[in-house]
Amino acid sequence: MSERPLIAVPVFPGSNDDRDACRALELLGATAVRVWHTETELPRGTAGVVLPGGFSYGDYLRCGAIARFSPLMNAVASFAGEGGLVLGICNGFQILTEAGLLPGVLRPNASLSFVCRDVALVVARTDTPFTSRCSAERSLTIPVKHGEGCWFADDELLAELEGNGQLVLRYASGTNPNGAVADVAGVINEDGNVFGLMPHPEHAVDAELGSTDGGLILGSLVDSARLSAAALV
Amino acid sequence: MRATVLVRPKHGILDPQGQAVSSSLRQLGFDVADARVGRVIDVELTAGDEASARAELERMCEQLLANPLIESYEIELHA
Repeated sequence: MSERPLIAVPVFPGSNDDRDACRALELLGATAVRVWHTETELPRGTAGVVLPGGFSYGDYLRCGAIARFSPLMNAVASFAGEGGLVLGICNGFQILTEAGLLPGVLRPNASLSFVCRDVALVVARTDTPFTSRCSAERSLTIPVKHGEGCWFADDELLAELEGNGQLVLRYASGTNPNGAVADVAGVINEDGNVFGLMPHPEHAVDAELGSTDGGLILGSLVDSARLSAAALV
Repeated sequence: MRATVLVRPKHGILDPQGQAVSSSLRQLGFDVADARVGRVIDVELTAGDEASARAELERMCEQLLANPLIESYEIELHA
């Protein structure tokens, strides 16, 4: 069980949190490799994928709308389709919604301002591969930094997701930084193997920089990736 | 064949950009009740006939040019 699971971090033109994501994942016990977006396959033995933050393709058209056509995204979609663990952070979350792997869409912040600060997050479920180290009683402190993080779903979709327990992460009441519907900060797919969130757990893994709560999310992923890698052997 | 695709935030969807524009117009003294901001995409197609061009453009809108969750689109074909 001490094996370091292999986690692939796709890099698109304009990604800028890929190195931080790798550093955080390594710190938490994974082997993290950056993979250029023109690759058509994930590295052999990949046990998890983390789509990093940034501004892929300059956010042209809509955030994440172009990156989803990268050759590597086909491989990520197949991996997810087979039950593989995929986490999207910020721009990675935007890419996953545009690719149809996660529900909803991320729109410009209601304030139209870029927000960059710590937020308090409430974890609704701790039985997912991405939140197993979290506790429902304790909120997380993790920074956000985005201009388009206003998650939106219409009433019908929202009710469906709520009923399915897919709204895993929310901004603490009264602290919603972007106008997201129902204070949603992170959403999981119905199968429970694809998760996206606007806050940046990779920026909250070192006590020197404030909170280490991001390690609870990324650490959960590393634990789950280790288990799924072991199951494949 | 040339076409223009107009993409707009759907009716009822909050449009903060439109709100900022309308409040700026009011500051300039214009009597504006509301403004909405969308996107214009000019496309040049190789398709010759109108029907197939329109069908092609519909697919472009569904797959890339608009996000159907929040945006509506309108296609204008130019001879």
